[in-house]
Amino acid sequence: MTEFTPLSSLAGGALLGLSSVLLMLFSGRIAGIAGIIRRAIMPDPNGRALEALAFTAGLVAAPLVYSGVTGAGVPQTVGENLPVLAVAGLLVGFGSILGSGCTSGHGVCGLSRMSARSIVATGTFMATAAVTVYLVRHVLGG
Amino acid sequence: MRLLINLALGVVFGIGLVLSGMVNPAKVQNFLDVAGTWDPSLAFVMIGAIAVTAAGYAIVLRLGQPLLEPVFQIPKKTDINAKLVVGSGLFGIGWGLGGLCPGPALTSLLLGATGTLVFVPAMLAGVVAGTLVVRALHKPQTV
Repeated sequence: MTEFTPLSSLAGGALLGLSSVLLMLFSGRIAGIAGIIRRAIMPDPNGRALEALAFTAGLVAAPLVYSGVTGAGVPQTVGENLPVLAVAGLLVGFGSILGSGCTSGHGVCGLSRMSARSIVATGTFMATAAVTVYLVRHVLGG
Repeated sequence: MRLLINLALGVVFGIGLVLSGMVNPAKVQNFLDVAGTWDPSLAFVMIGAIAVTAAGYAIVLRLGQPLLEPVFQIPKKTDINAKLVVGSGLFGIGWGLGGLCPGPALTSLLLGATGTLVFVPAMLAGVVAGTLVVRALHKPQTV
């Protein structure tokens, strides 16, 4: 069980939106994290690799800033089946690049633009993720 | 200036991930587990994020250009193809298995869970492999 947190989730979501809007305002880019990681580690001529690296560094530093400002910890329960997590990481990285986006690029920025591709992508990954969790928890009993 | 702005926006995004609960794989998996211990919180993340982004984009995209660049780089592709569906499908399987997607995975790094330290290098390897595959697929064309 995890606690239902509608208010902090809504506020956190609004911050994701704020960052996405400001990135569009300043840099004219979609705040898709998979794409930002790709630009940082697989540079291309128009990719602004250093800017992508800076955004990435901000993501990594964020919990320190959060805990420094609020004094609160960051509650987190990560799985402990390491081979499964290795496979999960590979699929997340590979799939998000092949599919041109992840939860942020398609799920937030794309849906906000009413992009048909992002609606299909988000519907697809929500469905396969829900089926995966169902199989792992209720069929395999993990 | 560009680097500082990107750094700051990364921090804001990461704090959003922490505050919203997206950074907690257990919460993500409970959101996806409609048949079990369902936690609808992440629907509120989507609502908050999309409301702000849709309203903000509507204003920002009316400007002729971004503040620091000559043009807006909005994806122009419109075709629903196998790459989109297969890639998104694989992404979802990984997201369901690990409860982490790319942003929260990075924001989790310094929290230091062993699972995250395995997940992130694998994800980066997946990004490299995916990029090589996409570049190979695009080579014969002039897109």
